[in-house]
Amino acid sequence: MKKITNALELRQVQDDLQKTYDPNKQMVTICAGTGCRGYGCIKVKDALEAEISRQNINVEVRATGCFGFCEKGPLVVVHPQKIFYQRVGEKDVADIVTRTVMQGEVVEKLFYRDPATSETVMKEEDVPFYKKQQRLVFGSNGIIDPTRIESYIAIGGYSALAKALSEMSPEGIINEVKKASLRGRGGGGFMAGTKWEGCRKAHGSPKYIIANGDEGDPGAYMDRSLMEGNPHSIVEGMIIGAYAIGASQGYIYVRNEYPLAVVHLSMAIESAREAGLLGKNILGSDFSFDIAINKGGGAFVCGESSALFASIEGRAGEPRAKYVHAVEKGLWDKPTVLNNVETWANVPLIINKGADWYASIGTEKSKGTKIFSLVGKINNTGLVEVPMGMKLREIIYDIGGGIPNGRKFKAVQTGGPSGGCIPESLLDLPVDFDKLYEVGSMMGSGGMIVMDDRSCMVDVAKYFLAFLQEESCGKCVPCREGVRRMREILEDICAGKGTEGDIELLEKISQGIADGSLCALGGSAPNPVLSTIKYFRDEYDAHIKDHRCPAGVCKALITYSIDPEKCTGCGMCIKVCPTQATSGEKKKAHTIDDKKCTRCGACIESCKFDAINVK
Amino acid sequence: MTKASNIASTTKNIVKKHGGDKSALIAVLQDIQETFNYLPKDALKAAGKYMGIPFSRVYEVATFYNAFSLKPRGEHIVKICMGTACHVRGAASIQDKMERTLCIKPGETTSDNKFSLETVNCVGACALGPVVVIDTEYHGQMTMNKVDKVIGKLKAEGAQS
Amino acid sequence: MVNLTVDGKNISTPEGTALLEAIRNAGISIPTLCAHEAVSRSGACRLCVVEIKKGNRTRIVTSCLYAAEEGLIVDTKSERVLNVRRLVMELLLARCPQSDVLKKLAKEIGVEPQPRFVADSDKGKCILCRSCVRVCEEVVGVSAIGLFARGSQKIVGTPYKEKSDVCIGCGACVYVCPTGHIEMTSTGDKRKIWGRTFKMQTCDKCGKFFAPVDQLKFISKKTGVPMSELTVCTECR
Repeated sequence: MKKITNALELRQVQDDLQKTYDPNKQMVTICAGTGCRGYGCIKVKDALEAEISRQNINVEVRATGCFGFCEKGPLVVVHPQKIFYQRVGEKDVADIVTRTVMQGEVVEKLFYRDPATSETVMKEEDVPFYKKQQRLVFGSNGIIDPTRIESYIAIGGYSALAKALSEMSPEGIINEVKKASLRGRGGGGFMAGTKWEGCRKAHGSPKYIIANGDEGDPGAYMDRSLMEGNPHSIVEGMIIGAYAIGASQGYIYVRNEYPLAVVHLSMAIESAREAGLLGKNILGSDFSFDIAINKGGGAFVCGESSALFASIEGRAGEPRAKYVHAVEKGLWDKPTVLNNVETWANVPLIINKGADWYASIGTEKSKGTKIFSLVGKINNTGLVEVPMGMKLREIIYDIGGGIPNGRKFKAVQTGGPSGGCIPESLLDLPVDFDKLYEVGSMMGSGGMIVMDDRSCMVDVAKYFLAFLQEESCGKCVPCREGVRRMREILEDICAGKGTEGDIELLEKISQGIADGSLCALGGSAPNPVLSTIKYFRDEYDAHIKDHRCPAGVCKALITYSIDPEKCTGCGMCIKVCPTQATSGEKKKAHTIDDKKCTRCGACIESCKFDAINVK
Repeated sequence: MTKASNIASTTKNIVKKHGGDKSALIAVLQDIQETFNYLPKDALKAAGKYMGIPFSRVYEVATFYNAFSLKPRGEHIVKICMGTACHVRGAASIQDKMERTLCIKPGETTSDNKFSLETVNCVGACALGPVVVIDTEYHGQMTMNKVDKVIGKLKAEGAQS
Repeated sequence: MVNLTVDGKNISTPEGTALLEAIRNAGISIPTLCAHEAVSRSGACRLCVVEIKKGNRTRIVTSCLYAAEEGLIVDTKSERVLNVRRLVMELLLARCPQSDVLKKLAKEIGVEPQPRFVADSDKGKCILCRSCVRVCEEVVGVSAIGLFARGSQKIVGTPYKEKSDVCIGCGACVYVCPTGHIEMTSTGDKRKIWGRTFKMQTCDKCGKFFAPVDQLKFISKKTGVPMSELTVCTECR
């Protein structure tokens, strides 16, 4: 793209590109996010292109970023009718092209089918998963080609930047962001406008802005999909922020485990530079700013701001005491604003549509929308964007489609390893920053992990402690030693070696770790333990007093047995058992030798008759 | 050219590519690992020398971050996702099965140098859980049966060539 | 000068003084392990925590790093503070059961070992305070040792546990270590530390072994003072 030298020229380029982007034109979009690539979507895309070429028709096949309904990938949408096809395979391509693209006919077997009513849905916007969402930030993911800046500009991209640079002052932009009450989307929920103002006023130069794309919370992948699917929205937000704050250099810190995000962000930065939207004298103003990408080295703790700074500075990611705010002394001890990538992606919206519009969405203290990753034991796994204040029940049942295999909802874990578990009794909670704190959890970066009656909550607490122990930087005693000791106690409990008083001890240690830790990793480490003790005390008691795991998970406390009524004697379990614990004659009910059984689960997976019982 | 001096000169070029900037240490180490499939001791020493960073500091960074391996790794890197969603969907059983199949534990490499096993915290493909990433390919909805199939296929490929 | 209240007592201190100094100067004792006058502070051991109140907000901070502010209200013995100190000592006693220094400190604070924590046997007396690493980096300037890996795997030493090419055998790390974890042995004209044996220099005047030859060579190179002028021990100077 040729260099754009002023705001007027940008508007002209936009108009020209918008003319080529005709909403009535035929096009086939296919989701090419990392998740769908795992389903083999690239092969499907190649097959679509080959078939279209074979049929000699002029229809674009556009690989887009993740558009959220990850459970049903590969996803294909045929425009302009917006016919939504799910679980598309290479074998379906011929049908899609010849019947839908060329003749306007639908291929019903590829439609979304409601599991309860068996009704099919044709249009994307009618699919229950999408119906209740408000995809302000995430919506473009399904339309644009993330590797081409022209695609972003054609839908109005960078007009917020043009408006900011030509019509607004830096202070004016900060006031707008403050008025919109944009709160950080990374977990802290701090007022972004206040942070920007603090940095603008701080002494020191150069000033830095950073986009935190570390997304370490396991089970959360919103940021990945944003960075892969709409990298320019983040870049645009950052440029506007840098102008408002007076920063000259920006960094996007991407975790090591997201290679595609790094590729797409690099392409976006390169093309923004070519177009004169990054670099010296942006759009003809005297504002200069550039962005570099830093890849993480595989450390959850580097999502913490001072550890992230240490990482960019080339050191081990150990946090340091934050008695002086980062906006005064951050990266290289210079004034720095660190915000999550989703926060930055909200900025162009606020500038384009205004703070009043933004503040009309959400609740009193939590404005706008939030993207959540709805994963675990849920029918419609995927990324959902909803206005703040929507009830958990709505998200899990209306959008998420409830719990698969007829099982019962038990808990939803929010806020990652810093958060807590929310039981069924609290499902009518509106999701916003403050409400979740009140019940002992937090929104965090947006991960929502749904659990059913076969999830053991003591095992979940143990899992999080193991995670935190692995990720602790090791600098301070309460976290390094305390989390380890808590984990040891939980290992004992899950192994049937828990003792009376363990729960009280866990609660006591928790207070010391929460108060004494240097950073929030240690500071919030007790949360998963405390929230599971609070809402699932009976499970802890069963493990400690009765040496029983009600959910049937903790290996030392369960036994596998074969139901002779269901067993057909097919011998599959004998084939797969690694310790030869199963035995029996052909066509006769088999048995399991409890002494040899390691509860590995191989037999359960292989049994087609559901004959293995877990007690 | 000896192996050690080859490693040193390659490292020198990598350092140069990043402008010799001390803060680029992590990026330099990432490039070194990309080149050699692990971080050789001679490369770490060379990086320290050409960047003006004490060897103990280089080693601190190399041992702090999970992405780095100081031991040579196998031809195929098998990564098991241990994210919460995958855990809830049974990742622990998949890990057990993988350990039994490859006869190694995470952090180890098979004696024929074909497979290295690692655990990784959430690759962000939660809808496909449990996920196993082998090299750059994502294998979703893993079952113990699939572990046999996927590993079997990779073992056979080697045997043919 | 700033005015603040510590345990109900009004004190005055120059602006920018760390709370630790301000509190100790007022005659109130605060335990520390990772703070050493020779090196910069890291706030790693968390023993020196105090509870501060600023406006409506209370917070637990390490007094070694928090700078005194006008109007701050400090409590050095609140329940939360004592709880953190107790936990830190219990954890350290379990980590380094052999350390007499820790046992003594625990007794002073009134903390007993927590029986539910199974004592380690492979950590020696190292509490990972990083004082040794800091003195080697900041004072000596060779950075021979470091803290490697992370979390509960964190360990102090030389890279690859091999002999360090840059160590000068000065023993500064031994002097700053609060628990005596680092081993330095001297036999005749040899000193052994961090797996490397150093030849010791004899004093020109009294003939005693007083410093490693390598250390003197290092000082000579750094300062330009010729070796011949350095081979006299501090007592004979």
